Amino acid sequence: MTVLRAQERDTLDAVAARIRAHVVDMCAGPEGGHLGGAFSSADILAALYFSVLNVDPRRPDDPGRDRFLLSKGHAAVGLYATLAERGFFPVGELAGYGRPGSRLMGHPVRAVPGVEMPTGSLGHGLALGCGFALAARYADRDARTFVLLGDGELQEGSVWEAAIAAASLRLDRLVAVVDRNGLQLTGATEGIAPMEPLADRWRSFGWAVRDVDGHDPGGLADHLDAAPWEPGKPSVLIARTVKGQGLPFLAGRSASHYVSLSPRNHARAVRALHAMEATG
Amino acid sequence: MSRATREAYRDRLLPLLHRYPELMCLDSDTGLFNADYAVAAGDQYLNLGIAEHNLMGMAAGMAASGRIPFVNTMAAFATSRALEAVKIDIAYNGLPVRIMATHGGLAAGHLGPTHQALEDLAVMRVLPGMTVVVPADAAATEAFVEQSPNVAGPLYVRLGRKPTPALPVTAPPPVIGQAQTLRQGGDLVLAACGPYPVLACLAAAEVLAGQGIGATVLNMHTLCPFDTEALVAAARPASLVVTLEEHWRSGGLGGAVAETLAEEAPTRVLRLGMPDKFVDEVGNQEHLVAHYDLTAERVVRAVRTALDTTARSGRTDRKEYVP
Repeated sequence: MTVLRAQERDTLDAVAARIRAHVVDMCAGPEGGHLGGAFSSADILAALYFSVLNVDPRRPDDPGRDRFLLSKGHAAVGLYATLAERGFFPVGELAGYGRPGSRLMGHPVRAVPGVEMPTGSLGHGLALGCGFALAARYADRDARTFVLLGDGELQEGSVWEAAIAAASLRLDRLVAVVDRNGLQLTGATEGIAPMEPLADRWRSFGWAVRDVDGHDPGGLADHLDAAPWEPGKPSVLIARTVKGQGLPFLAGRSASHYVSLSPRNHARAVRALHAMEATG
Repeated sequence: MSRATREAYRDRLLPLLHRYPELMCLDSDTGLFNADYAVAAGDQYLNLGIAEHNLMGMAAGMAASGRIPFVNTMAAFATSRALEAVKIDIAYNGLPVRIMATHGGLAAGHLGPTHQALEDLAVMRVLPGMTVVVPADAAATEAFVEQSPNVAGPLYVRLGRKPTPALPVTAPPPVIGQAQTLRQGGDLVLAACGPYPVLACLAAAEVLAGQGIGATVLNMHTLCPFDTEALVAAARPASLVVTLEEHWRSGGLGGAVAETLAEEAPTRVLRLGMPDKFVDEVGNQEHLVAHYDLTAERVVRAVRTALDTTARSGRTDRKEYVP
């Protein structure tokens, strides 16, 4: 396992903080945005794009690149912030999110450099990921495919169709990450459609499973770098997260799912993020 | 000679797989491909199991990586069950996935409405960039499979199940996107797609010719992109256009013809097809086609009724056409 140096861990924390800051700004725009799920996955995205993924913003179409699919496409604001920070397009473009004339739609579109596939309707990413992973195998490439799933998304049956296929095809270059924030639009996932014991469910489908803190980007990167964890098996990282993590007035609340920040709440959010950074 | 279009496709695909290593044959346990076929196709054949959404999604991921997958399932499952994956993963991205949809129309026969597809053409036709073809016999199927490398984006091919009769060989092999004129006549146009409807229209034209009525017969095998030019050219001198298809009357070939002519060359259009109901009769495809009257006799009756009505109302049979 690659163990990140302390300096790299600090960098990932700083990147995650910048992602959250961009998301807050975008959610203060005219349309608002899916803040809660973008915040819960910010550390995962930072780890992927700044440590794990073999991607090059100067060559976004490199056929040998790793693929990342944001299956929980509603966290688009988080992905856009990450891609901009990583250099796929100018950070200044984020200010256009959701505004007429911008290419930054509410769910990811391929017109945005770095976006591999459009997503948003839940339950699509893992099957696509199986296709990318299988194609990489056919092309004799070492590239890996990463798919970020929401935990509410796991209620979609198509996720499990793909989970079966991935194990059956022994797609061990496929890595899923579940943003296990425990909340969906109207409440707790466990109250609506219980998923626990989640790790056992994935294991029973033939996946290698790790169940970890989803807000430690350095630790996440170490785990993701090390995949595949078991030869011949696809890997799933269950990342235990908090929806809206980093904003005391929204964290852990399903109300954080979609937020239009008023100027006052935007200012509150910015102050909260600064405080979070100051305390580490 | 009768031959199943799905088998014609399957047999023609194999040499194509060998010729083009980027092609894939992705199966959903349809039973169309036996063990020998799988061996002959090597790693270009994969049975992904009974999971149609996953089939379409995986095909999209592979196509986005440079592969050209032929996906295999029934028309009902391709266009209803897996529709969202077809729409978002394949059509939205304009990916060259070939959706080979068997059991189209009434071909599922006694298997019933769960396995019949009387809406597939309407559904596929509205997806931007989707090429939609309905081969009328095995030879046409082979021609379309051969031409498929020239189709840039996604392709939907409606196939049958059991053997269906071959069309009389009176025209060159069909070309995707180009309507096939099987017979010329000056009075009206009969437009059809699929094995039984095209044959019925040819037979109806023969009967009508005996009654002094000249009918042009168009095999509109490609619903998208639609050959507007050929249809309009045929319809300009005609007083009536009749469509016949193994499809509910809404949104399929009849819909395409009516939409096109309303805009380009207003002409009376009669849309013949399955009544707006689910099949409640047990029988094979031929039986159901006869039971629901998708026949030459029906076409002749419809034409006679329409022309008689027109004559009684004092309208002329022929349109005055001023270019």
